[in-house]
Order: sequence, then C-alpha cells, then structure tokens
Amino acid sequence: MAETPIHIDPSKCKGCKKCITACPFDALYMDGKLAVVKPDECRVCNACVKACPFKAISSRPAESAGTADLSAFKGVWVFAEQHGGKVREVAYELLSTGRRLADDRGCELAAVVLGQCVSDSVAHLIAAGADKVYVADQPELAEYEANVYTDALSQLIAKYKPEVVLAGATAIGRAFAAKVAVRERTGLTADCTALAIDRQTGLLHQTRPAFGGNIMATIMTPKHRPQMATVRPKVFKMSTPDPKRKGMALAEALTLVAPSTRIVKSSRNASTVNIAEAEVIVAGGRGIKKAENLELLRRLAELLGGVLGVSRACVDAGWISPAHQVGQTGKTVCPKLYLSFGISGAIQHLEGMRASDTVIAVNTDPNAPIFDVADLGIVGDLFEIAPLLIEALESRK
Amino acid sequence: MGDRPVTNDFTGRGMHIIVCVKQVPNTANVRINPETNTLMREGVESIMNPFDEYALEEALRLKDAHGARVTAVTMGPPQADAVLREAMARGADDGVLLTDRAFAGADTLATSYVLAQAIKKVNAKPDLVLFGKQAIDGDTAQVGPGVSEFLGFPLVTYVKSLRIEGDTFRVATQTDEGVNVIEGRMPAVMTVVKEASTPRFATLSGWIAAKRAPISRWGAADVGAAAESCGLGGSPTKVVKIFAPPVKTGGIRMDGRKEPSVAIHAILKVLHEKGVA
Repeated sequence: MAETPIHIDPSKCKGCKKCITACPFDALYMDGKLAVVKPDECRVCNACVKACPFKAISSRPAESAGTADLSAFKGVWVFAEQHGGKVREVAYELLSTGRRLADDRGCELAAVVLGQCVSDSVAHLIAAGADKVYVADQPELAEYEANVYTDALSQLIAKYKPEVVLAGATAIGRAFAAKVAVRERTGLTADCTALAIDRQTGLLHQTRPAFGGNIMATIMTPKHRPQMATVRPKVFKMSTPDPKRKGMALAEALTLVAPSTRIVKSSRNASTVNIAEAEVIVAGGRGIKKAENLELLRRLAELLGGVLGVSRACVDAGWISPAHQVGQTGKTVCPKLYLSFGISGAIQHLEGMRASDTVIAVNTDPNAPIFDVADLGIVGDLFEIAPLLIEALESRK
Repeated sequence: MGDRPVTNDFTGRGMHIIVCVKQVPNTANVRINPETNTLMREGVESIMNPFDEYALEEALRLKDAHGARVTAVTMGPPQADAVLREAMARGADDGVLLTDRAFAGADTLATSYVLAQAIKKVNAKPDLVLFGKQAIDGDTAQVGPGVSEFLGFPLVTYVKSLRIEGDTFRVATQTDEGVNVIEGRMPAVMTVVKEASTPRFATLSGWIAAKRAPISRWGAADVGAAAESCGLGGSPTKVVKIFAPPVKTGGIRMDGRKEPSVAIHAILKVLHEKGVA
C-alpha cells in the first residue's frame, strides 16, 4: 500500500484549517486539531503545501522510473498534420507559439510532416517559423493509421531527441500523440491553453482547464523527455508568414510497420458545418422554442457570413444535428464573434464558447449566466430582436 | 485485496468485450467558490462518464446480436463500484474494480498502464476493448489510445457505428471533415462517440441481478503492476499549480425590452467594429 505523497508533520500542525480551505479537491479533514489527508481524494496539487503558514505540510514527489539523460534532448517540434498535402491551420498556430518557446529557450524550432507528396508544404512551414522541416514522404503515410503514424514519429523522436513536441488536438493528433507518449513513456498534456518554457531548465509550463473549465491547472513533465502537449485549433494565433525566412528541409526515409487497419471509404460530409473553425457563430438555445424558429438564426448567420450553432437543448430536442452543438459535449469554438439568442449559459455551454473574441447575448432572463461572459448583453425577446436585426442588415445590403 | 478472480468459463458464448468506464463528478454542478478559489463539491453527485454509456451500449448491442460476454472495468476509489453495478444493471456480465492507494494521483500514462495490466488479467485475448471518446472531468481522450499502445492492439477512434463479421470489424468513424469507413481484424481498441446509439436504461430486474453479480477488486499486485509505474510515482506529468480561470464579469448590459432600437443599434456597432457587417 503506497503512502500519501502529502505529509503533514503533527508537531508543526496548529489546526488552523487553512489547508482545508485551500484544497480544491476536498481531500483534507480535521481529526481533532490535526489536518489529515484523504489519500483517495488527493491529487497532489500541492495547494495545501503553499497554504500552510507553519510549513507543516510537505510533498514528497515519488521518484519516477526511467529518468533519461534530459540534457540529450534539444529543440521544439511541431507535428504538422496534413490532409492531401495541405497542412492544417492548427500547425501554423503551433509554429507561432513554438517559435516563441524556441526563442525563449534558445533552441531550434522544427516541423515534422508525415504523408505522401507533401514537399510543397515545406516552404510554408519555414515561412511560419520553422528552422528545420523533417519530411517523411512515402506511400505508407498517405493515409493516417494510428500504429503507422506512431511508429514514424517515435522513430524520429528516437533519432533526434526533441525536448518538446506539440501537436494539434484534432481527431488524429489527440489519438496518436497519446500512443507516442506511451511508447516513449513520457508525459502528454491535452488541450493546453497556455505554454511557457523555462530558459534555464527547459521545463515546459503547460496550462489547461480542468473540471469542465471550473479550474485551471499548470502541469509539468519534470523528468521525462520529450515533453508533449496538444493544443486545440484556434487557441493560439497564427503569425504572419515571412516568405524570406531561411530554413532547411530534411528528407527522412523510414522503414515502417504494416498498418493494422485500413480505410475503405472516406467521405467529406458537405452539409457538416465545421463550427470549430467558424469566424462568426450565431447560436440558439432552448429559448428558440421549436425547430422552425432556427431558420431565423440561420438567416442571420447567412447575413453575417457565419454559421449556426446551438446549445445542447436544441440537439436533445431533435431540432438539429449534433454537428452544430457548442459546448463540452459538442464542439469548442473560438470565433471572432459569438452571437447568442435564447441561451441561458449552462457551464458546459460556456466552457465551449468562452474563448470567443467577442460575445453578444440576447436573453429574456436578466440573471442568465451567459451575460457574465458577454461583452454586450441584451435583456430582451429574441423574437423581437432577431427580426429587427435581420431587417437592419438586409436594408444595408 | 479481496480477490475474486474473473473466471474465463464463458467459452462458447461468442466474443468477449471489455468496456472501460469511469466514475466522474457531474461537472454540470461543480462551481468555484469565488472567495476561496476552491471547488464547491457539496451535493455534486458521481455519475458514469456520459461518453462511456455509448461504449457500453455498443458492447451490449453486439451482445444482443452475436452473443458476447461483456466485462466492465473501472479504476477508482472503493465507491467507484457503483458504475460497475450500473453497467451490470444495463447488461454487462461482470465487473472489475481496480482500487489501490498506489493508483492515486495517476496521470493518463499510469492509468493506461494499470488498465492494460488488468485487461490482460481479465483476458489476454479479448475481442474488443471499448472506451467512451473521453471523460468529462479530464477531457483528455488519451487513455483509450494509451491502452491500445500498452496492449499492442490496433486503435480506432471516434467510432459512430460498428459491425462485426467473424474476426473482422467494419466501423464508421467521425473525422474532423466527415466520415471514414475502416476495416480491421480483432482484437482492437475503440473509442466511441455519442452519435453511435442511444444508451438503454437499466431494468429493475437488471438492478436486482447487478446487486448479486460478481465484482472483482484488484490492487496493483493483483494485476502484476510495477509499483513504480502506478499512481503519482508512475506519472511523468505533475500538477504544479491550480487556480481559478480568469473571470469575465460581463461587459455592457442593456434592456432591449423597452427600446429595442437602441439595442439593435448597439449590436450593429459591435458588428461593425468586428468587421462582420
């Protein structure tokens, strides 16, 4: 039976209860005048260690096995996911952040491209900030297969030993980055919203939301390399490409494992809107009352060059497909403008749209939580406001 | 540990499907105390991770169609057996609770390792290992892929529909752009999305049967997990700081009920500033 890593010195504990209020997980209780840790609840966030005025609490981080020679790992890598030779935007966003990290650390920034006929992307990746681009251009990598991609990236990591590896938190990036991290026996932090690097130690400070965005956590991988992180699309801003930047392309010929599954059919659903990449979203919630009324918002979205989003209530009511759902169980969005009608703002919904640049909310209930995240909040009836807005926009055309 | 071994005498009942489920706090009700910056967890109930319900449903559908043994596996504190009982009330045959102080503080690597060790003990050659696409408390979506790596099984993520023929599968998966149809051979690890199916309810007779159904309780030693690879010590990632997210307090507020035209004007001004109208 393992001990709790949090240790409370009974001779120093004065029973002030500061640790109890500091604990975000409710993992401490008072036994008489002594604070005690509940090992099953404790997540070793060390909040109690810092809160204790008497230095009675200490954290003994257990030594992790397999500590490699950390100094052998150098450079920041960005996995440049591509489809049909075109690199996804999230890779450019990561290169922008990767450039900053590499400059802070004083190291190189490299992009890694896996695929077939992908050499056209090299110039774009260099313009976006890469010093080097590792290109594995071979038929086995033409389509994503988890095992083959894992094999490819792991081979390159073993060969070049990067200190940091970043990937987009896309359907592909999430899955295979997790496999790579397990194969390398290293840490992977999902959905980071902020990244910073320590110039001296090279430690990557990875910040991400936890518990549905109710708290933020900063996470590190102190003793394993590479330090791996995924970032959702649109969380970081892309920088302006510099076509004059100099960089180097390195072709890699890999001997890869056979794929364990194969894609027999691939379809792009034309009607599937990708709300995650929309610049403008007009969203409706329970207040829209019935499916037909969504047409009102669809028209408004059309006028603003945006797409229609909805809260979970509309999907559960069967008014629209889940592809339009914003929120924790739907999509996370970060448009320039989020215009919401009749959405009260459950925590899961707010979590999915709080990264929006500007939020305008219309709701009849003055106490709706959506107003707390709105830059402009209108207390009013959407069936009055929306038609007037459509009329005003149409008259301008 | 009170060890009641899972028996492998289900031969002749077709496939063996293992579904990994997680007990999570219902995050809808978690709030932060603005004064102390701590989570207010009073009255927050524990539920089965909603995405895992879809994975379980896919397993039960295969059981209905082909005959299968369905084993639910969870890692957590002793009271996490509630999600196993729930899984069994819906139709799972047996359950494994992985509980040990040594597992506390596990990140996705250490969790994947312990789950993979347990799966090997339940059945070294299961046909399918199913996960929900992610858990609503951590939202990482990393454990399913991690387990596939430890087991050395093929991985298919975001499965919308699933068909089995002999020892091969054909699934439709959700991609960022549309849909892929993927074929492969079992065993395989899959993560299942919400579009897959509507989870069934537990029946009264299911609950009664679940009360008596076998649950194995295994610790690190039972699954042959190396102590240094479990829990906090086996986790490469460390949480170094926890804080409240920056709070948006809301911007301009106006009442559009009396004078809608003023509100419309304010909206148009913002639209113009953002360059969208």
